[in-house]
Amino acid sequence: MTVEVLSPGMNTTVQDLGRYRFRAYGMPVAGALDRYSLMAGNLVAGNGPGAAALEITFSGPEVRFGSDRLVCITGGDLAPRLNGDPFPCWEGGFVRKGDVLSFSGPCSRGIRAWLCISGGVNTQPVMGSRSTYLRGGLGGMEGRRLRAGDILSLGLPDPLWARGEGFSVPGELRTVHSADPVIRVLPGPQEGAFTSAGLDVFYGSSFRVGAESDRMGCRLEGPAISHCGSPDIVSDAVPEGSIQVPGNGLPIIMLSDSQTTGGYTKIACAVNADLHLLAQLAPGDTLSFRKCGIREAAEASAKLKQGLARIRVLLADHRSRSKGNIQFLHQDSGSMKIRFCGKSYDVRWEREK
Amino acid sequence: MDLEYPRFAWCGDGCLFVEFGDGIDLTINSMVRALGRDIHSLAPGWLVETVPTYRSLAIYIDPWESPREEVEELARSICQSLEPGPVRAGPVLEIPVCYGGEFGPDMKRVSEHTGLSPEDVIAIHSGSCYHVFMMGFTPGFPYLGGMDRRLETPRLPNPRTVIPEGSVGIAGKQTGIYPITSPGGWNLVGRTPLRLFDQEREAPFLLEAGMNIVFVPISAETFETILSERGSTGL
Repeated sequence: MTVEVLSPGMNTTVQDLGRYRFRAYGMPVAGALDRYSLMAGNLVAGNGPGAAALEITFSGPEVRFGSDRLVCITGGDLAPRLNGDPFPCWEGGFVRKGDVLSFSGPCSRGIRAWLCISGGVNTQPVMGSRSTYLRGGLGGMEGRRLRAGDILSLGLPDPLWARGEGFSVPGELRTVHSADPVIRVLPGPQEGAFTSAGLDVFYGSSFRVGAESDRMGCRLEGPAISHCGSPDIVSDAVPEGSIQVPGNGLPIIMLSDSQTTGGYTKIACAVNADLHLLAQLAPGDTLSFRKCGIREAAEASAKLKQGLARIRVLLADHRSRSKGNIQFLHQDSGSMKIRFCGKSYDVRWEREK
Repeated sequence: MDLEYPRFAWCGDGCLFVEFGDGIDLTINSMVRALGRDIHSLAPGWLVETVPTYRSLAIYIDPWESPREEVEELARSICQSLEPGPVRAGPVLEIPVCYGGEFGPDMKRVSEHTGLSPEDVIAIHSGSCYHVFMMGFTPGFPYLGGMDRRLETPRLPNPRTVIPEGSVGIAGKQTGIYPITSPGGWNLVGRTPLRLFDQEREAPFLLEAGMNIVFVPISAETFETILSERGSTGL
């Protein structure tokens, strides 16, 4: 029950929903940059929503499966291929032992994808999470990006895992990559530290994603935002999505791997439901900001939550009608593990002669 | 207390800041931790975690689930009767440090800048009790208060790319310990053999906000002894 990494891609890491409870000690949360995509993909693959998956950036890896599995690739479209043939995104796809999954690369529909595999990636959890925190060198695969030759172990799939085969997440329930997105923000705790001209620049300009952007932060280039006084504050917590503006006037949006505290003024904070838009931006892409109210932010979050609930309902219906799970019974013999009433069983079958 | 405070400010839809002031102050910092303690003791279902900083508590909630009104209401009601805890009441932890030599390559620079002999630098640095105001920057890094002003030394003009884990440094008015190997521009005056952060340990972090620490000078031999014992005890 393994996946072998034949080639690693540019920046492929193991990520789950993140490492919580240790921010008070300076430990970044890490975790998938688009949690909705991770959760949706996991559901389709037959996992709990927070199972660990591979986060793929820009150029994808080439991996060989050591056992039959269901996979679902969510997020941006990096043109996945199975044994060389096009393979769908946002859809439960059956892979057999020995199959090779690869990616042709981004086709201007986003730069990050999540490869969810039934059973989940089963690396050793660190402080309650399998997420890779690259700067700290911990979590995931030895705290680093994947390398060629890595063997990732997979968890035991839940019963009926294969029944999600052929399930396609409806378009309106997928996260959509947008070129030049408008990010909704709520005013930050130090909005008053900026001049009104500075705020006009922030809300009225288009910013370009800088080359130094990474999982830690989205560094923007564009017109400088002016402060009334000092750009520095007494060091304070920096939540995910918060937008710091240092003395150079150029905003930085904090992402999953961001440090837990920082000393720059926070002009605004991106609403949680729009963070997935940031995960898909490549250096050189542009974005702008729009101020919204707390009600709109809450509605946007509720919509994502309802989206996942809707996927569960549609999936349950698909699974109840699916015959996909017996596809591998066509083989003359086989084995699988099932869990029932908390106990694990080895089930083997052989066709009668 | 300033009438402007406590100030309640949302940062995005998943974090409420409760600010108790605008500066670095022991009483303000004790209010921050008192609020954190009270919220955790109530353990509301929407709570993800809290992060205490110098003068504010960040209360993290699940933005998909949490009723924001309820969060703010609870924080406000606790604040109405919140008493600052006794200042510096937290435990005092002794941190052994081997000063100078290969462990403190900037001792000479600090000595020259301050006009103090290396012996005096060591005596003054290890003669104060430091308060852990907050943690952040890197996993396990303590923001310490209480350094003697005579030791103030500006940061290195050219930051080092690699600073070994456990290094004790001085930068401006601050002193601190690097918990993991990282780049940085602080003047290194010594090193501790203790691990401030170990992901394998049951309690991964040695320090937390509210603690107090003193540095205890040790010899290079003692440093090596503690280092070799570390493997067996986990410290």
